[in-house]
This record gives sequence, structure tokens and C-alpha cells, in this order.
Amino acid sequence: MAHLLSGGLQGYVAVALLLFVIGLATVLLRRTLLMQFMGMELMLNAANVALLAFARWRGGDVQGTVTYLMIIAVAACEAAVGLALVIGLHRMRGTTDADRTASLKQ
Amino acid sequence: MHSAWLIPVLPLLGFLLNLLFGKRAGKAFVSAAGVGSVALAFVLSVVAFKVMLAAPGHRLEIGYGEWMGAGAFSVPLGFVIDPLSGLMMLVITGIGFLIHLYSVGYMGEDKGYGRYFAYLNLFVFFMLLLVMGSSLPLLFVGWEGVGLCSYLLIGFDYDLPDDVPAQAGLKAFLYNRVGDLGVLMGMLALFAAFGTLTIGDILVKAGHLGPQLGFGLLTFATLMFFVGCTGKSAQLPLYLWLPDAMAGPTPVSALIHAATMVTSGVYLIVRMAPLFQLTPLTMDVIAWVGAATALFAATIAIVQTDIKKVLAYSTVSQLGYMFLGLGSAGFAAGFFHVFTHAWFKALLFLGAGSVIHALHHEQDLLKMGGLWKKMPVTGWTMLIATACIIGFPGTSGFASKDEILYLASLKSPVLYWMGVAGACCTAFYMLRLFTLAFLGEPRDAHAHEHAHESPATMTVPLVVLAIGALGATAFGWPAAFGGSFRIEAFLEPSVSYGAAAAEGVVRHGGNPALMAAISTALALGFAWWGWSSYKGGLALAEARAAKWPFLHRLLANKYFVDEGVDAALVRPLRWFGNLLWKLFDVIVIDGIGVNLPAALTRVSGDFIALLQTGRVRNYVLTMGLGALLLLYVFLK
Amino acid sequence: MTTWMSTHLLSFLVFSPGAAGLALLAFPERQARLAKLLGLLVAIALFGVSLRALSLTPDASGWLFLEHRPWFSVAGLPVDYRLGLDGLNLWLALLTALLVPVTMLATWSSLAKREGTFAGLLLLLETGVLGALLSQDMLFFYLFWEGMLIPTTFMIWIWGGEDRRYAGTKYFLYLASGSLLWLVGLLYLAGQAGSFSPELMAQAAAGLSLHAQGWLFLAFVLAFAIKFPIFPVHTWMPDAYSQAPVAAVPVGMLVKLGGYGFLRFVIPILPAAAARHSHVLAVLAVVAILFGSLVALVQRDMKKLVAYSSLAHMGFVLLGLASLSVIGVQGALLQLVNLGVSTTALFLMIGMLERRAGTTMIADFGGVASRMPVLTGFWLLAAMASIGLPLTNGFVGEFLILNGTFTSGFAWGRVAACLATLGVLLGAAYLLWMTKRVFWGAENADPDGGTAKLAQDLTARELAALLPLAALILWIGVHPRTFLAPSDRPVAQLLSDAQAPAPAAPALGTAAGSAPLSEVHE
Repeated sequence: MAHLLSGGLQGYVAVALLLFVIGLATVLLRRTLLMQFMGMELMLNAANVALLAFARWRGGDVQGTVTYLMIIAVAACEAAVGLALVIGLHRMRGTTDADRTASLKQ
Repeated sequence: MHSAWLIPVLPLLGFLLNLLFGKRAGKAFVSAAGVGSVALAFVLSVVAFKVMLAAPGHRLEIGYGEWMGAGAFSVPLGFVIDPLSGLMMLVITGIGFLIHLYSVGYMGEDKGYGRYFAYLNLFVFFMLLLVMGSSLPLLFVGWEGVGLCSYLLIGFDYDLPDDVPAQAGLKAFLYNRVGDLGVLMGMLALFAAFGTLTIGDILVKAGHLGPQLGFGLLTFATLMFFVGCTGKSAQLPLYLWLPDAMAGPTPVSALIHAATMVTSGVYLIVRMAPLFQLTPLTMDVIAWVGAATALFAATIAIVQTDIKKVLAYSTVSQLGYMFLGLGSAGFAAGFFHVFTHAWFKALLFLGAGSVIHALHHEQDLLKMGGLWKKMPVTGWTMLIATACIIGFPGTSGFASKDEILYLASLKSPVLYWMGVAGACCTAFYMLRLFTLAFLGEPRDAHAHEHAHESPATMTVPLVVLAIGALGATAFGWPAAFGGSFRIEAFLEPSVSYGAAAAEGVVRHGGNPALMAAISTALALGFAWWGWSSYKGGLALAEARAAKWPFLHRLLANKYFVDEGVDAALVRPLRWFGNLLWKLFDVIVIDGIGVNLPAALTRVSGDFIALLQTGRVRNYVLTMGLGALLLLYVFLK
Repeated sequence: MTTWMSTHLLSFLVFSPGAAGLALLAFPERQARLAKLLGLLVAIALFGVSLRALSLTPDASGWLFLEHRPWFSVAGLPVDYRLGLDGLNLWLALLTALLVPVTMLATWSSLAKREGTFAGLLLLLETGVLGALLSQDMLFFYLFWEGMLIPTTFMIWIWGGEDRRYAGTKYFLYLASGSLLWLVGLLYLAGQAGSFSPELMAQAAAGLSLHAQGWLFLAFVLAFAIKFPIFPVHTWMPDAYSQAPVAAVPVGMLVKLGGYGFLRFVIPILPAAAARHSHVLAVLAVVAILFGSLVALVQRDMKKLVAYSSLAHMGFVLLGLASLSVIGVQGALLQLVNLGVSTTALFLMIGMLERRAGTTMIADFGGVASRMPVLTGFWLLAAMASIGLPLTNGFVGEFLILNGTFTSGFAWGRVAACLATLGVLLGAAYLLWMTKRVFWGAENADPDGGTAKLAQDLTARELAALLPLAALILWIGVHPRTFLAPSDRPVAQLLSDAQAPAPAAPALGTAAGSAPLSEVHE
């Protein structure tokens, strides 16, 4: 455990993996769209953590940092659109249960 | 003579004026534009005729540049005025003028007065193009154009509930179109053969060729032209439209369906005479079809009761004589019959129109009778025309018909006797018509009471035509009776086109006087029989019809040819069209070719769509499993 | 502006209608009337600009106007921005520019909804058609060719009749599938040539085996045959025409590209294959003529009847092209213009009847002539043009085609020409029979029938739409040289480049008495 916390690469990757699995499980197990949405955000953040960790490991590579920033921006947009969709769906159908909105049709 | 274009354009101008302003401008304007334009065209035609006579070789060629062309194919826009076309122009504009004048009285009450004169003027325009055109395509413009006018004028009363005129117009157009295809194919063959469609160039080139004995391009072309003639000039087997065409107004029947349009087939053959002389096979076909038509149509005319139908079959029969003459190498004789027939048949139709007008559109011969006293001018002029058509000695019909029969006898005695038999029928039915209409007791007292002589605009043309019918003998009188066949020499520049007459065609010998005597004597006998059969009313005729019911039914129903065509051609074609549509388009192409693949696509799509549950978690799971699989593959 | 226009005339003509069309699509529904009016004004103005093409004179290589610059590369293959106007597409382009305002006028009050959108789509279509007509680069051409599908499919989907879903989808899939196969052939050939330029493609194709050329020919011809349409790939047409809001749109705007594309690209690029397989095309053409005519004879819907009649007319076009003779090809080119004029006129008039009566079934009518004499007059003129009566445009085109086929030097030419003339006869039969049933006779007494609802003869706008077409019908018929002269040289050039078999010399001696008789008897 000690070397995990010592600032080496493995620790960050482990956290990223953990975050990703938690996110995936949330998406798979929860049926509320909002929760699934949060799971997806977790998975994105897992990727972000991994990116930053590898960037630092490679000696301060700028690419990783830039990509991280871009993902944050895209995720923000995505969140806005996604939340709007969820609200719209709730208005139309009165539910945000993903399994009960299996059809795109009205 | 560069201004020759005015001759056809004047009637065209009349057409445009009447079409655009005819409805609003009133009758005086319509009559002035309609009759005036044709009158002016007649005056100009006379001038052109005189200039032509003074020209070297009796031939005027006027060109106005190129009309259409592409690649090696070029058609000039030009007119030719020579004895043949000059004479036709005089007939068209002269008789045309008289009939326009007559129409002022006859159609005076009609609501479509402006439309009527517009169509009639358009017809004169196309007919003039037909005879004046220097190239076959230009001739064809007129050829189809007169068919269009015929269609429009036959169906002039388009809104009648019984639909008869519209149907007759359609029939006329389609039968004519069959013939037009013949002309079209003939033109294609001639272009392939000569590389030009200018009539003069073709004839000059043809003049250097020998007779075409096999079935080559030229024989094909001339045969196809003759097919065109059977359509336009109502010969077997395409004659069926002409009797129905009588649904049109009577002056139209006189102008288009007796005097001018139907003779354009004869004109075409005379125009291309050097070519036809090269193809003996075609000449034989023409002669035999002509003779058969002359006899066949004359037998039908015997039992018709509609005065115009009798005259229509009579026209078909007379046209048969013309072709018999042409086929016997008597180009001048055949054309002379066109000329004389134009006078007396127009006169017969206008006379019949006068009777119909007087009886308030009663056309049934069986309801006429005793009109001689009431309508003296009509009666006398009709008598003159009847004498002409039965070939009474001294009349123009005698001169032209017996010349044809004489030439036919040189070709084959069978042709001669067919012609004589037709002449006997002609004499019988014409006297029957005259007797039923003018002599005896009135059979419909009411109609007879109201009958009256027609107004001057109608009787003046009758008298002029009667004078023309008698005076036409000035152009030709059989040499056997002390005359000379002047028209032959007159037409010579057009017919031979500079080349020597084809060899091997017998043009002399035999005994013309005897031939004429036989046919005339027999015809007069049948004329007497016709008169005596009907002078006492209908009893004798009815007894005969009862005695031979089968023959009477056969003739009265015109040998059931219309019904035969319907059953053998029209119905099968429609059936076949339906079959093609339902079988090919709907079942084979659309069903198997188009909708079946579409259905297969849909079914397979539906099958694969089973995987698409629409549940996001399923998709994510699949995605996750897929990612694991990839990880395994890459990291293995 | 004038200087820019004088160097970019074609770009302006091609792209400005599309830009205007996109703007019109953005108009809200409540401003549809304004959008419609703007669309009409734009279309008329564009037609005015297009007339400038008439004042151009051809340069040494035959171009009246050429815009050419490198554009971009796909996988190393350069695509050129290349628009060219010459004698082959001059009249077709002008006709397209004319038909847009004419169609707008004729349909002014016949659309139930979204009139502004219709005007916008029509202008977009104008861009597609003009672009395809003027493109001289194969990929460029292909883009416009496919682009045309989009506005037309939407037209059928939005304003079509009861079967509009089926008809629109069928139309789209039919045409797209043909084009895709063609695209494969095109890309293959472009790879061989290293370019999308037709000239280089022709050189590359000449180096391929005859077998490969045959397959390429098939791929090329299929796309054009579907657009034509030619038997047996024509069945999209009756459905599309009878469902299209104005059937005149596809017939006037679209189908001429089938014949044009064949002439412009197939014959020059694959001349050997074209010469080898032209007899197959001629047989298909004759079948199309007879098949279309016979099926038209038994149709009960006016729109379908005229649709099948246009199948027969396209058969004539293909026959002329297959003859590979100057006369026949000239006739075919003219016949393409004719179809855009007279068949469009027929369809527009059927649309006018439909707007008033709400039906196009023949049996619903009868005696229309008494109610609408002016329309009847125009109808007769257009029908006669369609039948091919002399002094109308139809005659000149058909006669040249038949003439070119008869003298084309192939053994089948004479038989094909004679059989095709039967189509001329049948054409008169179905069209005049229909005319008789619809226009002549007593008025249809049925109060629910069509005739009873015909309260008004042509309006001023409808008259304005029909008059230019009527004028063209007569102009082409009376003075066809106006329309044939520009294409004289390009067609001759194209066919001599393609090394088409020389037409047969006149069979009978041109010099005095020089023809031996053996030549005369075949």
C-alpha cells in the first residue's frame, strides 16, 4: 500500500481504474438516467486522472494536459445537453427510467 | 416570284386572325378574314400560274434558305410551282374560295363560326404547303397538317352528347397516321438511297437508274408512299375513316373529304412519278388496290341511306379509279380525274349540303323526295354533277373515267372489267340518290313543307362549280372522240421530269372507242335501272332487300369491316397493353425486381433489430464486454 | 460586379439559386407567400442572367464559357473545379433556367402547404441540375448528380399524393442504387487515369481490355438508364410522376440528364464499348418505345398516361444516341429539349386540372373543352407536339432520330427505325384517345366528377407559364436551326473523336448512272 501512496504511477492508474469501474457499475446497475449520467461523468474523470498521471510520468508532456482540458470542456457541454435531454424526457414521459424509455418514438 | 410565300401565308394569317379575335370580333370580321384571305391567295395563285407558264421549262423554284438539318441531312425551305402544283394550287384556292363562300351561308347560325373559319383557313395553308413544298419533309408538313385540320373539323361539334364527331375525328386521325408512317418510312428509305430529300434532286438522280425489279430500297420506298396514299386517300384497307368523317360540317366534307385533301395521295404519286415508274411491283399494287377499292366502295354505296354516306363511299370509289389510272401508268389520266372529280364531287356535296340545310339537318334519303320543284337551282346543279360522275357522254367524268378504263384495259382486262362493274354501281347509286332526294312524292310532309331554296352565298358556288364541272373537258377529251388529251402534254414537265418515259409501259393500242362505248352503255343501263327502281318510292327496294336479306345486311353493314378491325386489332392491342402493364411493370419488374429485394431487406432488418432492445444498460454491457475482449486480444 | 460576373458567369448560375433556395427554406411558414414571391423573382432574374449565354461565341476548342481551376484531391486523385458551357448543354441549361419560374407560376396556387419550402427546394434543384449540366469533371458531376435526389425526394414526400412515402422512397433508392454502382466504376477508372478529368479517363479506358471496358460501360449506362428512364428500369417513374406535386418537376428538370450524361461522358470515355453494345441499347430503346406506348394506351390516370408516354419519348432519345450518327445524336439532343417543353406543358396542364377538380382520373372528366376552351387550345398544341406533328418541336426531333437510325450503317438500323415509327402511331392513339375522353364530348354530368368543378379557365399566371412553352414548341418546329446550330460542331467533334462507324453512304449512285444495280438490291 505504501508505494501506492508514494506518488508513483501505479497509484494514479489504480485510482483511475477504480473510478472507471465505479462509473461503469453505476451505468450498468442503476436505471435512473440521472445516475447513469453521473456514472458516465465518473468514467470520463477516470480517463482524465489517467491522462494527467501519464503526462506527468512522461516528464510533463503537454499533450496529456491539453487533452484533459479538452475533455473537461466537452464533458461540460455534454452535461448541459444531456441534462436538458433528461429534463425534456421527464416532462414528456414523467419518468427517467432508462428501461422504460427504450424506444425513440413517441 | 420570290413573294410566292404569300400564297400559303395569307390563309395562315386568316387562321391567326380568326383564332385570336374570332370570338369577339363578330361575323363580318370572321367572314372577311376567312373568305378574303383565300380569295387573295387565289388571285396570287393565278398570277403565279401565269408566271410559271411564261418561265422556261414551266418551272419556278423559290428557295428561302435551310429549314432543318443536321450533319449530312439538310432540308431547304422552298417552293416549286410547275404545271402539277400550279393546277393543284388553283383547285385548292379556287374551289376552296367557293366553299368558304358557301360556308358563310351554311354555318351562319353556328356558335363556333370563328373557330370554323380558323380551321378551314389553316387547312388551306397546309394543303398549299403540301403541293408547293420543294422537298418531301415540307410536303409531309402539309400532309400531316391537313390530317390535323381534318381531325379538328370532323370533330367540330365536339360537345355533342353522342360523341360521334369526336370519335370520327379520332378515327380519321389515326387511320391517316398509319398512312403517314408509310410516308415517313418512305422518306427514310429515300434519304438512305439518295442522300437528299429534295424532290427535284431525287427525281433527277432517279432518272439515271434502270427499273428496279427486285425488292430494294426504292420498291420499299414507293410501296410505303402508297401506304401513305391508302391512308390519306382512303383506299383499301385504310378507307374506313372517310365515311365516318361525314360527321363534320358538309362544306368540310366537300372541301377536305372530296375535292382536295383526299386527292393528295394522287398528287404525291404523280409528283414522284419517275420514281414510281422504276418500280413495276408498286405500280401493280397501286392498280389492283385502286380497282378493288373502286368496286368495293361502290357496292356499299348502293344501300346507304344517309345522303352524305352515299357520297362518301362514292368518293372512296372514285379515288380508287384515280389510283387505277396511276397504276396503269396513266399519271395524267389519274390526275385529270382528280381535277374533274374535284368539281363535280364538291358540287355533289354542296348540293347535298343545300338539301340538308333546307330540311333542317335531315340527312336521311328515305325522308326526302319531291324537292325538285322547291329547290330548282340545287336540283339542276345536282343533276349536272350526277351526269358527270356516272360518265354521261359529253361530260368531264366521261372524259376522265374512260381514259382511265382504257389505260387499265391495256394493263389487264380484269382491271378493266372491275372498273366497269364499279361504274355500273356508281350509275345505279347516283340515280338512286337523285331520285330519292328530288323526284317522286315527299315522304316527310313536315320537312318538305319547310324546305326552301338556299341563300345566294350557297347557290352561287353551286352554279360556278357546275360550270366548272362541265367546262373541265377543255383540259382533256379522249382522242378517240375527236379531242386531244391536253392535260398530258401540260403535265409532261412534272411527270417525266426531263427523263424519257420508262420503257415497257404500253400507252397505245387496243380500241379506246370500243372500251368507252361498252362501259358507257352499261353505266347508262344501270342508271336507268336505278331511276326506275326508286321513281315509285321505296316499295321495290324493300322487296329486293327482303328477297336477299344476307346480301342486304352485308352491304348495309359495310361488310362488317369496322367490327373486324375492332376485334382483330383494337381490342387485342388494349389487351396486350394491359398485359404488359400488369404483368411486366406491376409483377415482374416492380414485384420481383424492386419490391421483393425491398421486402427482403426489411425482413433481415427486422431480424437484426431484435438485438436492438433500446435499453441503454444492455448496450453498455455489450460495450464493456467488447472492451474486455479487445483488451484480452491486445494484451495476450 | 460585372467583371466578376464576366469571369464567373457559370459559377453564379449554378450556385446562386441554391443559396437563394437555402435562404427561402429558413422562412417561417407564416411568411410563405413572401418566400414564394421572392423565389419567383429570383428564378426570373436567373433566367434573365442565363440569357447572357446566347451572346457568347465559341472559342477554338468549342467552349462558349469555361471556368477551370484545381480544387482538391481525393486519395491523390485531383478533382477540378471545372464548369463549361458549349453547344451540347447550352439549350438544356437555358431550358432548365426557364422551367423553374414556369413551374413556380403554374403551381402558384396549387400547393396546399409550405409554398415557401417548395420554392426553396425548386431553387436547390436548379443548382443541382445546372451543376450537373455544366460540370466537366466527373467527381464534380457526380456530386451534383446525387445532390439532385435530395430536393426531389423531399418534394415527393411532402407534397405527394396518397402513396408518397412509397413513391419517394422508391424513387430515391432506385436512383441512388444506380449511381452507386456507377461510382464504383468511376473510381476504378479514375484510379487508372489518375484523374477525374473525362479526357484522361478516356485515354485510360482506351488502354483497358475490351472485357473491362464492357463492364465499365455497364456500370456507366445503368446509372444513366435509370435516370433516363429506360425499360426495364423505369418503374420508379410512373409512381414518382403521379405522386410528385407537380410531375413536371422531375420530367422537365431531371430526366434530360440521363440522355445528356450518356452523350457527354459515356460515348467519349468508352467509345469502343459504346460502338460494340449500341445495338443492345437500340433494342432496349425500341422496346421502351413500344412498351411505353402500349402501356400508356390502357392507363386510367392522366398523370400515369403521360408518364408512360415520356418513357416512349425517352426511347426515341436513346435510339438517336445509340445510332452514333450525327443526325441521330442531334435529334436526340433536340428531343431532350422537346421533352422538357412539351411533356412539361402536358404535366403542368394536368396539374391545373387537378387543382380545380381534385382528380386526374380520365373517367372523372369529359367535355372539358366547353368549360376551359383556352386550356384546351394549349393542350391540343402540346399534345400535337408530343405526337410529333410537323411544325411542332416533336417532329423535328423524331424525324432526325429516325433518319439517323435508318442511315446509321448498322444492319439493325433500318428495322429499328421502322419499328420505332409504330411508336409515333401509338403516340397519336393514346394521347388523342385521352384527349377525346377528357376534353371532347358532352360535359361529365356527375356533380362529384371533375368537369363540374372547373369553374374558371386559365388564370393570368397559368397563361404566363404556358405561353413560353407554347412559343418554344412552335419556334423549334418552325425554325429548328436555332436550336440545332450550336451543337453542330460539338456533336460532329464528339462522334469523330469517338471514332464511331461512318454512316452509310447513299445506297444509290450520286453520280450520274454510276450505281450498279447490285447495290440497289440489298
